[in-house]
Amino acid sequence: MSIVIKGKVWKFGGHINTDYMAPSFSKELPWEEQKKTILHVHKEFVARHQPGDVIVAGDNFGCGSSRESAPTNLKRLGIGCVVAESFGRIFFRNSIAIAFPVLVCEGVSQAFLEGEELELDFAAAVVRNLSQGKELKGMPLSGDLVNIVAAGGILSLLSSQAQA
Amino acid sequence: MGMTMAEKILARASGRDKVVPGEYVTATVDVIMGHDGTFPRAYELMKENGFNKIKHPEKMVVVADHRVPATNVAAAETHRKMREYVREQGIENFYDAGSGICHVVLPEKGHALPGRLIVGGDSHTTTYGALGAASTGIGSSELAYSMIKGELWFRVPETIKFLLKGELDKGVTPKDIQLKIAGTHSAEVAQYKAVEHTGPAATALSVDERMTLSNMGIEIGAKFSFFAADEKTLAYLKERTSEQVEPFGPDEDAAYLAVYEMDVSGLEPQVALPHNVDNVKPVGEVGEILVHQAFLGSCTNARTEDLEAAAALIKGHTVSPWTRLLVIPGSHEIFLNLTKSGAIQTFLEAGAMIGTPGCGPCGGGHMGILAPGENAVTCTNRNFKGRMGSPESFVHLASPVTVAASAIEGKITDPRKYLT
Ligand code: SF4
Repeated sequence: MSIVIKGKVWKFGGHINTDYMAPSFSKELPWEEQKKTILHVHKEFVARHQPGDVIVAGDNFGCGSSRESAPTNLKRLGIGCVVAESFGRIFFRNSIAIAFPVLVCEGVSQAFLEGEELELDFAAAVVRNLSQGKELKGMPLSGDLVNIVAAGGILSLLSSQAQA
Repeated sequence: MGMTMAEKILARASGRDKVVPGEYVTATVDVIMGHDGTFPRAYELMKENGFNKIKHPEKMVVVADHRVPATNVAAAETHRKMREYVREQGIENFYDAGSGICHVVLPEKGHALPGRLIVGGDSHTTTYGALGAASTGIGSSELAYSMIKGELWFRVPETIKFLLKGELDKGVTPKDIQLKIAGTHSAEVAQYKAVEHTGPAATALSVDERMTLSNMGIEIGAKFSFFAADEKTLAYLKERTSEQVEPFGPDEDAAYLAVYEMDVSGLEPQVALPHNVDNVKPVGEVGEILVHQAFLGSCTNARTEDLEAAAALIKGHTVSPWTRLLVIPGSHEIFLNLTKSGAIQTFLEAGAMIGTPGCGPCGGGHMGILAPGENAVTCTNRNFKGRMGSPESFVHLASPVTVAASAIEGKITDPRKYLT
């Protein structure tokens, strides 16, 4: 199963928590308004991101709460994937569970400048900087977890197994 | 080689004799917790995917705590549907609005027992590690999965140990230990790992106090945050469960990834400044920080001992005229304890507002939201930008007694000044 994502990079530092991806203060606003508050700590990102863009981040991306709306909102914005030095574990699990590709990749925050082109081969755990022609190896996921993403999430996988 | 607490529980729950860190296992969960923030999404996901029945309703514990009493029509509707679903599925362990915060209620009601594997739709599910349970937070999809299957996948975590020595000075609390740990070792020292708290200063803590540390385990990235279950644990649980409870701890020859020693003697009260939990300074070094709102509440520090200590400090004083003090007891039981002891009267006489047991403004839900430019000092667990209201407000984390002293003076204040 090959899952390849390509997109323009937005860069984030360390410790970007899930409150920033699904803020309480905008939770009840209509989506068009809520959208403008997602990852509000990066003003350029908020103003200019496009569907198909991707995120490169530092340590502990997605630390904080268990709210699944964090990866769901990124997915809903059309973000293709997040490659980070490390992740908050619940965010990481939630992302896999909703089929949003995330990869741990040491050195990734040094390997990209904002606006460069990234290509992620998710199953192979390979990250390429297409703008610089560089390749990095991330931390591979077990086959079971790649299958969850390929199936469209943990519940889609379960319901297709139940029907099989 | 022996096993850590995490390894023992995951081995038992996955039907193995032994597991080692790094292995993936599928484990049967003993308790599944959901609250009004994450549980409704979980059962909607179940329905959307064609699953109509919770496999083990008797393992479920459901709490309405995040938006109680209902904040608006949408929240009221969510609660109404949740009650209907709970009834339809035959979930008996349902704690409705006013019962308290999930992480306070589960231990109180005897659902968090030593050696159990517990998953909850909330990151602070690590709290029950204080009683020797392997408990951890998951999101709504995995909550749904656990409800359908009664099991979930886990990576067996490495374990790190915090070896706590010495004795806390008066006015210095477990919250200060936890903030110091975060400040010294960073907010991800325990990323993907289990934590065990050991040593004389750990065993000296009461069960209430242990829960503060385990609760904030997630703030340093931990998957589980344990204390061994000892006589204090058993005494705490005696009136709360009819089940046979045994002491539970790691094997003596268990292997640890790292051991961090900390002498808590001479530790000063600590404050986490905006906007990260590891941005920590001793209270004496924070300078003059005016406080618009002081909050005593949350699953971290709104237990009986926390609020009694804050009330004892504030007794005979009044809240600064330009500061609001908000007190929200962690549960109905705690509210009753504080009423009987006179602590509630003390708070009211000092000029505090008292709220219904629940999360209140901790997660930015309601009942004390901050305006742009406002500073809060709170005994909660997170100070992320925008956590308690406006993204232009500032949250400072401290212990309940530091919050109380700060409310009196209208600025962040060393509680020891009031405790001589
Ligand atoms: S009190 Fe705060 S941290 Fe605890 S469960 Fe409620 S919102 Fe979450």
